[in-house]
Amino acid sequence: MTSQRVSVVEKILSANDQLAEQNRRILDEAGVFSVNLMASPGAGKTSLILKTIEKLAPTFRVGVIEGDTAPVTIDADKIVAAGMPAVQINTGGDCHLDAVMIGNALPSLPLAEIDLLIVENVGNLVCPAAFSLGTHANILIASVPEGDDKPYKYPNIYRGIDALILNKTDLLPYVPFDIDYFKQGVQILNPNAAFFPLSCKTNEGVSTWTGWLSSRIRHIG
Amino acid sequence: MHELAVTESILNIALEHAKRANAKQVTQLHLVIGNLSSIVDDSVQFYWDTISQGTMCEGAQLSFERIPARLTCQECGTTYTLDSELTLCPQCNSGRVKIVSGEEFRLDSIEIES
Repeated sequence: MTSQRVSVVEKILSANDQLAEQNRRILDEAGVFSVNLMASPGAGKTSLILKTIEKLAPTFRVGVIEGDTAPVTIDADKIVAAGMPAVQINTGGDCHLDAVMIGNALPSLPLAEIDLLIVENVGNLVCPAAFSLGTHANILIASVPEGDDKPYKYPNIYRGIDALILNKTDLLPYVPFDIDYFKQGVQILNPNAAFFPLSCKTNEGVSTWTGWLSSRIRHIG
Repeated sequence: MHELAVTESILNIALEHAKRANAKQVTQLHLVIGNLSSIVDDSVQFYWDTISQGTMCEGAQLSFERIPARLTCQECGTTYTLDSELTLCPQCNSGRVKIVSGEEFRLDSIEIES
C-alpha cells in the first residue's frame, strides 16, 4: 500500500457550472434572454414579475419558471392567469434552484415563442447565490421593510448580481431605512450592478427597470 | 442549508480523481474555503460522514483551510482583513474597495492509498 497526495484544484460546484453553461447555450440558440430573480421571501418577486409582464406584454412574450420548496402552484397560477406560460419546479424542500432543475424545466416551455424567461428562485438570500443557473443576468430584489443592513449580512448574494431592485420604496416615509448606508454596502460588494429603486404598488420606477430589461432583450433577440 | 448539495459535489469530485489515480482508499481531502463563502464546516462534515459511507472515501478526513476576506482600497491602497462585518476602508473611510480574497471554494487535493 502506498500513500500519495493527488492534486485536484477544482471548483466545488464545477459540475453545476457546466450544466449552467449548457442551459445558456439552449437559451442563446432559442434567442431567449433570461434572468434569475432572487430575493428573500416576501420581497415582491411575484409582484415584480406580474408588473414586468404587464409592462412588456405588448412587445414581448414572457415565460416563467417558478421555484418553490413546497408543491403549491399559487405563483405559477398567477402567471398563467396573466396569459403567459409558466412551469412550476417543486424543489422538495431544497433551499435553492440549481442548473439541473432548470435544464429539466426548459423542455416544458415554448422557447421558440418567448423573448424573455424569468426564473423565480426560492425565497432565500444565502443558497441561491452559490448555484449558477445559466441565465444571462442575475437580479436581486431587496425591499425597504427588510432593512438597510442586508448587503452587510448577506454579502454573497450581492456579489454576483447584474442588477439590484429596491422594492416597496413607497414605504420609505414609514420605515427606518437609511438608503445611503444600504447603497454603501452595495458599493463595496458590487459597484457595477444597475440599481432600480421602485414600488410595485405605486408603479414609481417600474418603467426604468422594464426599459433596462427591454434593451437587454432586444440585444439578444 | 445548501451544504448537502455542496458535500455531494465534493464527494463526486474526490471519487473521480481517486479513480483516475487508481486509488484503493481516500484518506484525506483538503478543502480551501474563503470566509465570504456561506458554508458551515460542521454541516459539511455531518453530511460527509453519511454520504461517503460505502464509497472509497468512507472514513476520509476533511480538512478545511479557511481563507480570510481581504479587501484593498482603490483610493489609498490600504489592504485590510474583515473580521466580521463588511466595513469601509479603515484608513480613509472610502467605499471604493475591491475584494481580493475570501471567495475561494475549491477542493485542492486528496490523499490516497493505492
